[in-house]
This record gives sequence, C-alpha cells and structure tokens, in this order.
Amino acid sequence: MTTVLQARGLTKHYGHVVAMDNTDFDLRAGEILAVIGDNGAGKSTLIKALTGAVIPDSGTISLKGEEVHFRDALDARKAGIETVYQELGVAPALDITQNLYLGREQRRKGFLGTVFRKLDKPAMRRGSARQMADLGIRVQSIRQKVETLSGGQRQAVAVARVAAWATSVVIMDEPTAALGVRETNQVLGLIERVRENGLPVVLISHNMPNVFQVADRIHIHRLGRRIALVDPNSTTMEEAVAVMTGAKSPESLGGRA
Amino acid sequence: MTDTKPADAALLEQGEDRGGPVRAFVSSQVAGPLAALVLAVLVFSLTTSTFLNAGNLSLIATQSVVVGTLALGQTLIILTAGIDLANGAIMVMAAVVIGKLATDGNALWALVAGLVVCLVLGGLNGVLISRFSLPPFIVTLGVLSVLTAAARLYTDSQSYPISSDLLTILNDGPSIGGVDITYGVMLWIGLTAVLGYALTQTAWGVRVYAVGDNRAAAALTGIKVKRVLLSVYLTAAVVYAFAAWQALGRTPTADPSGYGTANLDSITAVVIGGTSLFGGRGGVVGTFIGALIVTVLANGLTQAGIDSLYQQVATGVLVVIAVAVDHFVRTRQTR
Repeated sequence: MTTVLQARGLTKHYGHVVAMDNTDFDLRAGEILAVIGDNGAGKSTLIKALTGAVIPDSGTISLKGEEVHFRDALDARKAGIETVYQELGVAPALDITQNLYLGREQRRKGFLGTVFRKLDKPAMRRGSARQMADLGIRVQSIRQKVETLSGGQRQAVAVARVAAWATSVVIMDEPTAALGVRETNQVLGLIERVRENGLPVVLISHNMPNVFQVADRIHIHRLGRRIALVDPNSTTMEEAVAVMTGAKSPESLGGRA
Repeated sequence: MTDTKPADAALLEQGEDRGGPVRAFVSSQVAGPLAALVLAVLVFSLTTSTFLNAGNLSLIATQSVVVGTLALGQTLIILTAGIDLANGAIMVMAAVVIGKLATDGNALWALVAGLVVCLVLGGLNGVLISRFSLPPFIVTLGVLSVLTAAARLYTDSQSYPISSDLLTILNDGPSIGGVDITYGVMLWIGLTAVLGYALTQTAWGVRVYAVGDNRAAAALTGIKVKRVLLSVYLTAAVVYAFAAWQALGRTPTADPSGYGTANLDSITAVVIGGTSLFGGRGGVVGTFIGALIVTVLANGLTQAGIDSLYQQVATGVLVVIAVAVDHFVRTRQTR
C-alpha cells in the first residue's frame, strides 16, 4: 500500500518544552488512521505541523512521495489537506450550499462573472446536492439554513465541505466531541464513507470505542512522539490505553502494524 | 446511512433552481418590516386627510434620504457584528470640509476631498477594528468624540452656506405625476440596489455574512477575515460620502453641529429593518424600509396632530419589538 502522508523525525521546541520529539507519522492510501494520546502528548502539535499551522524545527514531511514545506495552513490546503475541527466550523445563518462553498464560491461564466462578479448559485446548489448525496447525508433541502439542522447534521455539513475540497488527505480533530451517541454514529459512518470515496482520513479522538470502531490502524502518541502503531484487530482497548498512558511498554504489544 | 437512494434523488432535485423568488422573499428578513410599513401607511391614510398625497409622500422620501443613506453603510458594518457610532460625525466632517473648500474653490474638488475625508476616517475605524482587533463600539465612540470636536475646531464653530449647484443638486429632480423625485432619492435607491446586489449575488457578500455569523468558522475556511472587515468599513465610508452630499442638498449649510443623533437614527433604521445586531442576518433592503418606517411614523403622527414626543415613544417601541423578534428568531432556530 502506498503512503500518502509521511513524516520523519519531526521536532518542535517551545523554549524548554518539547512538543514534538523526533516523531514519525505514516498515513496510507485508503485508510482511517486514528491518532490517540493523552492530554499534552503533543497530538495537536503533530497535526498542526501536518496542516501547516506549525513549522517544525527539524524533520521532513512528504506528501505522495514528494517532500513538502508548508509555511501556513493555506499551503497545506492548496496541497489538498483539509481539516474538520471539534468546534462546529459552520456559519449557522448561511444555508448548506453557502457553507459548502464558503471561501471557494463559484462565479458565473463570462461577462456576468468577470465584470459583475455574479455568483453561480444554481451550479453551487447542484454541486452541494451531489456532494451531500455522495456522502449519504440526508437533509430536507440544500437551501436549509445550517441553524435549522441538528448538531450531527451540522458536523456532517462540515465534513462534507472538507471532503469536497480535500484532494489528498482529510484530517478530523475530535469531530464527535460535541455530539450525542446517535449523532456520533452518523459522523463515524460519514468518516467511513469518505474513506470509501477514496480519501484517507486521520482521526484524532479521545473516544476509544469510536477509534476501535472505525480505525484501520492506530497511531499512539506519547511524550511528543509516536511510540506505537497498532492494528485494532489484534490489540485491545485496554492495551492501547495502557501504552498511551505509559502503564505498559509499547514492546509488550503483540499487534504492531 | 445506507439505502438512501430515494432521498438522494430528492436531494439532487433540490439542487435545481426552482420556486426560488417567493420563498426567498418570505424567508428573508424583508417581509416583516415591509408589512409594518404598509400597515403604518394604511393607518395614517385612513386616519388623516393630509397623509396620502403626492406632496407628502415625496416629502417622506426626501426626509428619509440622509439617515437612510447613512443606514446603508451602518447595515454593512452591523452585518459583520460591528457597529458604527461615528458615521454621522464622519458625514458632518466631510460636509464641513466640502463646505469650507467650496467657499473659495472648485465644488467638484471639494466633493472629492469630502470622499477622501470619509475614506480616511472609515479606513481608520476599519484598521483599528480589523488589524488591531479592537471592539467597534469603543473605537467608533472614540472617533465620534474626536470628530465632534474636530469639526468645530476646523470651522471655528461656523456654518458654511452652500451656493454651488453641484453640491445641492441632490435636492433637485424631476416631477413624475405630481410626485417630486429628487436625485437624492434616486441615489438612495440606486445605492440600496448596488449594495443589495453585492451582498446577495457576490462572493464578497457571502463572506460579509459569514464573518458576522461565525468569525472563527469563516477564518477556518480560508476567508481573510481582516480584509473583509476593512473592505466593509471602506465601503461604508464611500456610502457616508454620498450621505454628506445628500445632507448638503437637504439643508444648504455645512453645519459642524448638525446631525448629532444621525448615528443612533441610522442604527434605529437598521434594527427596524430587520438586521440583527449580532451580525450575519439582515440586509440593505430591510434597512431602506426601516428608514422609511421611521419617517412615516414621525410624519404621520405629526399629520394626526400628536405631540412629537410620542413619535420618539413610537420609534422606541418599534426598536424594542424589532430586537425582540430578532432574539426570538435566533433562539428558536439555534437549538
């Protein structure tokens, strides 16, 4: 299997604090890779480095085999890496279509678009209806304002936007943290759908049952580095948590992936 | 999440453009204010004999123009969850600069100088609010205070009579079927149309709403929030320059102490017009109607022989109703 996003020896210091300590990272094509770690393990610094929000002191990141140097989040986004955040990243007073195309609005062809900057609303509505249908997200109407949706549906809209624009990797930072059980399952189904539609997913989560439900591999982060990369089918939740918290050494695990 | 084929097909159909205008109108915030305006006009037409005639209706339009134009700029700012307490003062500053320069110079250049004054002052607000993330209420309150004094210092507290035809042209205009339609009213309608188009039909408009609605989400999608904010304050400044021109037509004197309550009056028009003070909801057409409602109330109550203090009571009650409706809409939908 080909590796889509890879990092080697990433290090980042903030004064005396070591946020990343020579860590590696591997995401394969077509997989959901869960990243787990205790609070303060440095997960978010790693993710920020992969999405251009933090520039590592040393180490390399490569995307589809080519080394990349993201200077900011926009660079990573241009390279096809999109992120869904824990806090619902949608504008409630705007409708679903406006949210999906926010920051990437399409203009009419020709004179109307170039001179009068007129939006191509019909084309955007068709595009967003197709995107929602591709991901199996059910809503009454694509013209619904997002505030009329449930929390799960709102997060689904956020996922749909990211999946629509990502061309290489989708990163989800605690996408279900604010959701109830049923809505969480909806979003997990959506994450699997994104993978089936061909995009590898990095899922950062504290929720072990969620992680074991959808992940193909689990990246365990501790003290600023990846200490294990395990297969959820041959590792138990208890073992993963024990390694994550330092109660067990990673070498004791059977299911290295 | 599986087996959604029928739903998917229905969803795809939703992408097609159909049944749009009527539904869009009803769901827009314009319907409420428009109903209020129609109701007020009906009531005054039936209860007084002097309200419903061509002369009085053109007077209402003309009386609405200055605050109505200021309120268009105010709308843009409030849509971004900001507020501009300095808009009246910026307009007065521009008006006195125009008046003073036109006294011993070219009226056209004076007008251009007035536009520059507005752009510099609006730009100052915009930079302080966008670059330095200062709260709009405090920034514009400070600018208001400085400008109120500065306009008097600049003019030695004198007024400048305006004699130039160019500067007062907005109070002229053709008479159509006995209704005088001033160029100023036409300009007001034109500005509403242009801004309405920009807000609803362009990417800039969507981004203005997004920035007011959920700034963090807008930033995460890659929208340059600070740039959008600055563009809003500069666009509003251009609108204020037109308001200054309107004001010189309405009363051909550039008075440094005039329009002292225009800032609050413009906010009143915006709120009555259905735009939310929390940002992200509303629009300029509602504001246009809101400005007309305020004038119709004042005018109609005068025609009915009711003390002008009650006009203020009526306006105040309307503002509270408008805010209550907005609060109800937001809390009902955001669950």
